[in-house]
Amino acid sequence: MSTMTLNAGPAAAVGDSTAEQNLVNTKADIKTVGSPFCDDAKLRMRNVNVFYGETQAIHDVSLDIGRNQVVAMIGPSGCGKSTFLRCLNRMNDTIEGCRVEGELSLDGDPIYGAKVDVVPLRARVGMVFQKPNPFPKSIYDNVAYGPKIHGIASRRAELDEIVENSLRRAGLWNEVKDRLDKPGTGLSGGQQQRLCIARAIAVSPEVILMDEPCSALDPIATARIEELIDELRENYTIAIVTHSMQQAARVSQRTAYFHLGKLVEVNDTETVFTNPEHELTEAYITGRFG
Amino acid sequence: MQTPTLFALLLLLILVAYGTGFSRAIGAARSRGGIRSLASLPSYYGVHTALWCGLPALVILGVWLAFDDAIIRALVLGGVADRPETLSGQNLLYAQIQNLAAGSLVGESTPQLAAAAAHLNSLRQSGQWLQTALILILAVGLGAYALMRVTPELRAREKVEKVLRVILLMCACAAIFTTVGILMSVLFESLRFFQAVPVTEFLFGLHWSPQMAMRADQVGSSGAFGAVPLFTGTLMVSAIAMFVAVPVGLMSAIYLAEYASNRVRAFAKPLIEILAGVPTVVYGFFAALTVAPFIRDLAQSVGLEASSESALAAGLVMGVMIIPFISSLSDDVINAVPQSLRDGALGLGSTKSETVRKVVIPAALPGIVGGVLLAVSRAIGETMIVVMAAGLAANLTANPLESVTTVTVQIVTLLVGDQEFDSPKTLAAFALGLMLFISTLILNFIALHVVKKYREQYD
Ligand SMILES: Nc1ncnc2c1ncn2[C@@H]1O[C@H](COP(=O)(O)OP(=O)(O)OP(=O)(O)O)[C@@H](O)[C@H]1O
Ligand SMILES: [Mg+2]
Repeated sequence: MSTMTLNAGPAAAVGDSTAEQNLVNTKADIKTVGSPFCDDAKLRMRNVNVFYGETQAIHDVSLDIGRNQVVAMIGPSGCGKSTFLRCLNRMNDTIEGCRVEGELSLDGDPIYGAKVDVVPLRARVGMVFQKPNPFPKSIYDNVAYGPKIHGIASRRAELDEIVENSLRRAGLWNEVKDRLDKPGTGLSGGQQQRLCIARAIAVSPEVILMDEPCSALDPIATARIEELIDELRENYTIAIVTHSMQQAARVSQRTAYFHLGKLVEVNDTETVFTNPEHELTEAYITGRFG
Repeated sequence: MQTPTLFALLLLLILVAYGTGFSRAIGAARSRGGIRSLASLPSYYGVHTALWCGLPALVILGVWLAFDDAIIRALVLGGVADRPETLSGQNLLYAQIQNLAAGSLVGESTPQLAAAAAHLNSLRQSGQWLQTALILILAVGLGAYALMRVTPELRAREKVEKVLRVILLMCACAAIFTTVGILMSVLFESLRFFQAVPVTEFLFGLHWSPQMAMRADQVGSSGAFGAVPLFTGTLMVSAIAMFVAVPVGLMSAIYLAEYASNRVRAFAKPLIEILAGVPTVVYGFFAALTVAPFIRDLAQSVGLEASSESALAAGLVMGVMIIPFISSLSDDVINAVPQSLRDGALGLGSTKSETVRKVVIPAALPGIVGGVLLAVSRAIGETMIVVMAAGLAANLTANPLESVTTVTVQIVTLLVGDQEFDSPKTLAAFALGLMLFISTLILNFIALHVVKKYREQYD
């Protein structure tokens, strides 16, 4: 294969139709390779299609996310990673014109369907967003927000305990224990993101979805969060979208590679990064596009 | 030449100056190798020439028009041998001369008057000639001078922008000076009022009846200027209005911003804003003719006594008038709350209403408070509805079914009809205006401060 990049411009596309060009252009017949299914699946997704109005953003994706597993989702920008992730806790419901088809279930309970109540579902499947989004409230109230609305704690002491525990697990307790009543928006970016993680785990979800949680952070804050993800794996199932291959390699057990709305390859993280099965995956991880 | 004609001609000259400046710049550029060789773009040379041509001429024309009449008048009156000493006598005389000059004098004229009229006419004529000549020479001369200076080295853009900056500055100053001028006049007239009526009586007096006697021996020759009933009246009407407007406006804003689909929003929002376009007079007679009698009948049917003009009627209708204010300001701040906060709350399993109540509204609250304070100053300043629906009687009462009056209404009633301009009755209007000005100023100040705080939180 040549070393030419894929987006080398129209001249290259017309003049020299390389194997890679063909790869990208053959959108129609991408079949998922590797091992998308596992025995002990926490989340099961079968034949998922997502549409934004007329345009289809996700094409026939089937994937399992195993219990207490970290699954990384990688792929070029616009390939549908966020869209897919947001299907798992129905955050796509908030987007007008977005339609989700397919079978999705959490521990065997369906995620979509007329009878499903999204409120308890989202309490079971928490989410951490790309940009830290603490509420303009005190640090304490940020973490206590979830337990309060779900009636998890009945007494103040219980609530205090949940807040402290969540902040400890998010590795933020020591930094903020003296200023719990200060606004959460006054923290640094990395601290804010850990606050958001604490806020998410305060409602004791079963699954945590993370959409590029470190993209707004510096390397040190990133390292702390990666450490945290590793610890959280003991109790939670985690799906993380990331643009950093190193991050995917460091924190995840399995890696899913998306391309143009299709799931190209799912394998053990090690396999994906050392010996990818699909040539598109190889092209992406060796940095030839994306 | 008549002034309007002259003005049109001047505009034409300015256009011509722009065109020639522009093309001269292009001509100069051509011999040097393209537009890039010019210090500025050709259009700046055009504007530069046009400014030289037009600006001084316009300024001189303005000055001329401002002093023209006064000078001619002084000259004409100076030519009259036995002119009256008093100003009003001179005014009368000059008016007669003017009428005679225009050929519309009623009554007989004297030779002296005829001579003065002829003098006036000749002065006017020569003035006109002088004006035309001066303006045209200025415009053409300076325009030509600027045209000569169009060379590639001339930094036309810098000069044009300097002039533009001065013009902008002057516009800003005009607004500021007007405000200061109004404030000063209100302040000084109020001081005069406070010489006649002590400040303490005005601020703390409980009785308002500003009738002043025309003659010293008239009954009730002294008025009472206690402004407390007016302020309580204002407070009551505004409070009732806000009581209606804040909940309704806020909730309709929440509905529009958070719940309504795009289609509903697209027609509901303009519809609500139409309320803001209804003239207050219309609200006023609606309040007076429909709402007030309805309230009176309703009150009587449950055995309460109600006057046919009531604070309640005025307040309710004023509240309706203010709804679009609050709803559209709140709608804006609610929309400005970042979507990421809603996503964060929903992602934790909040319901829609929990998200709105516990995250969106608290986040938007400073902005909403700012909007409400602006609406309050609007309510305090509103006059028409209260005049029509709440009455004129300065009652000191806490009963919303009685008629009350407000500060603005009293200002209006103090000044309608023939008034002496230095009686305390008239001057009281200035004192009331001053109080009103100070209170709305404080409110606006707080509102802007709160809104600014809110901005800082999210930027
Ligand atoms: N709200 C929306 N309305 C319409 N189209 C959308 C919407 N959100 C995303 N899309 C489209 O869906 C496709 C997938 O978008 P998505 O945000 O899932 O990509 P992504 O893989 O997360 O990209 P990135 O790495 O840049 O975050 C894109 O083509 C995008 O333009
Ligand atoms: Mg994304």
